[in-house]
Amino acid sequence: MNIINIEHIAKIYQVGSEEVHALRDVSLRIEKGEYVAIMGPSGSGKSTLMNILGCLDTPTRGLYEFKGVNVSEMSDNELAAIRNREIGFVFQTFNLLPRSDALHNVELPLIYAGVPAHERKEKARMALEHVGLADRIHHKPNELSGGQRQRVAIARALVTEPAIILADEPTGNLDTKTGEDIMALFNEIYEQGNTIILVTHEEYIAEHAERIIRIRDGLIERDEKVVNRYIPQKNGASKL
Amino acid sequence: MKEFLYELKEGLLISLRAIGANKARSVLTTLGIIIGVTSVVLMSTAINGIDNAFQNGVASLGSDNLYIDKWEWFNNDTPWWELRNRRNLTVEDYERYKELAKIPLAVAPTIWSFQNIRYKNRIVESIIIQGTNHEYIKTTNLTFKEGRFFNELESNSGRNVVVLGSEIAKNLFPNGYAVGEYVRIKGHKFKVVGILDEQGSWVMGNFNPDKQVFLPLQNIYKYFQSADFRSITINVRAKNSLMVEATKEEAIGIMRRVRGLKYNEPDDFSINQQEGLLNTINQTVGVIQIAGLFITGLALFVGAIGIMNIMFVSVKERTKEIGIRKAIGAKRRTILSQFITEAAIICMIGGTIGLIIALILSLVVNQFLPTSVQIDTIILAIVISIATGVVSGFAPAYTAAKLDPVEALRYE
Repeated sequence: MNIINIEHIAKIYQVGSEEVHALRDVSLRIEKGEYVAIMGPSGSGKSTLMNILGCLDTPTRGLYEFKGVNVSEMSDNELAAIRNREIGFVFQTFNLLPRSDALHNVELPLIYAGVPAHERKEKARMALEHVGLADRIHHKPNELSGGQRQRVAIARALVTEPAIILADEPTGNLDTKTGEDIMALFNEIYEQGNTIILVTHEEYIAEHAERIIRIRDGLIERDEKVVNRYIPQKNGASKL
Repeated sequence: MKEFLYELKEGLLISLRAIGANKARSVLTTLGIIIGVTSVVLMSTAINGIDNAFQNGVASLGSDNLYIDKWEWFNNDTPWWELRNRRNLTVEDYERYKELAKIPLAVAPTIWSFQNIRYKNRIVESIIIQGTNHEYIKTTNLTFKEGRFFNELESNSGRNVVVLGSEIAKNLFPNGYAVGEYVRIKGHKFKVVGILDEQGSWVMGNFNPDKQVFLPLQNIYKYFQSADFRSITINVRAKNSLMVEATKEEAIGIMRRVRGLKYNEPDDFSINQQEGLLNTINQTVGVIQIAGLFITGLALFVGAIGIMNIMFVSVKERTKEIGIRKAIGAKRRTILSQFITEAAIICMIGGTIGLIIALILSLVVNQFLPTSVQIDTIILAIVISIATGVVSGFAPAYTAAKLDPVEALRYE
């Protein structure tokens, strides 16, 4: 089943009097349970593509169907609802609320989804347990290491049981070993049947996925299966 | 409804978190509102107090009263020289009026004189000495702290007896025990027979019974001034407020007869009413009210601008946070209400503190000026402060709500 179906989308920004074609003509399909990496150098349009895939932005033209629903012409509020229920974001800079503890950060999407307090606290706790942070639920981001922060972010992404996990350079701010841990966590999430879209510019990270889409100058350059997928090993230091 | 309550509750919790996270700033912001609300509340309690004092003052004189006088008290339609040229009202006029008038509850003549009053080495200078008769007390609502008003016998025979207003009594007899003592007015001895309760109508100036003394009318002529020196005033009390108009009509008819006026001659007397006094008071209080509330309103307005300013800064500073919230599913409305709620809570806290300060201060001010705290003032203060928050929070909140999530997330 297609979760994402994109046909001939383009995104054009107006910068002063100049038109910038961030995406020229992109079509792609992503199925449920896939692990896809979107790769490209900076300026290639991969961030724009990710914003559109994540319903943070809408294409200038073209069709974007998410689970069979046309989202390319949705209003801001409708997009917010899709993001809330269907998409779990993991960012390079974690993007946690700095003054809230891990539990509150994880339950935040559930607050916006209207889940009653006791139920969402339970779900948030379970999500944090899932990423190995059961003993850190009342720590604030500045009391956590980079890897731990990213795991809080992953727990936040997972807590609403979204249709896709959208990870934008999730290891970009982490050292290699911690990055490895995070990639192992993604692998585990993937093996549990989740759909993951990974945006990266590192070949090595992209090879964790089973499919790589390469973007250059606003067009898809190549879309290929990974023959020899890199399966990360659980690092002894982590609590997975 | 359920959804709304959920959002309200979560909105409140989120706002409280944000306020708690920026304590120093929240306190400073609140200060503006505290000052604004304090001044508004204080001003309005003072205005209520002044208003009450006026109303009480009027009430102590009796609210269903007419005053037949040579002078017109409040309306200045008639030129003053015409009033001056009117014949004085005399005790005889009073007696004939009293004989003919059927509807009034009570009537009494009054005449006043400025004199000093002394007891031993204590003296109160230039007070109003009211000469009247025993009927006078029935035309007022005055009550006694001690003793009584002078009686018919004392009045008719012109005994040297006197009733003291509370302030006069306080000044002459700081230790009390005034009844039965003799005070001197212009060298003549008068026996104190009664002391009035404090009427608290200081705003009434010379009308204030606290600062007057009362004695039989003939004594004024006997000791202080001749009968033609000043016109008397006839105090008339109607049976009730519905009878005021009829009493007035009757009084005009009788007085025209008493004064021997022909049908084509205008009245050479005026029937004065509390209403005139009330109008004057209400106008005065109205002006004070508008001026006072305008000035204190400015203070609140400055506070509101402060809130708006801070909220704009806060939105700018929390752009990233707004981006995160939007990315994980906060709708525009949610962000809008989050920031408005935040501003409203800050203002409500400020308003409550301001209210408490104002109430404490009004107790202090009450030592010098009368203040009156009314429940509607309290409700108004809270409502005003919340409304201030909502209004001043709206523009910043709207800015926050319409931020583009992509841009906001990129903001550092």
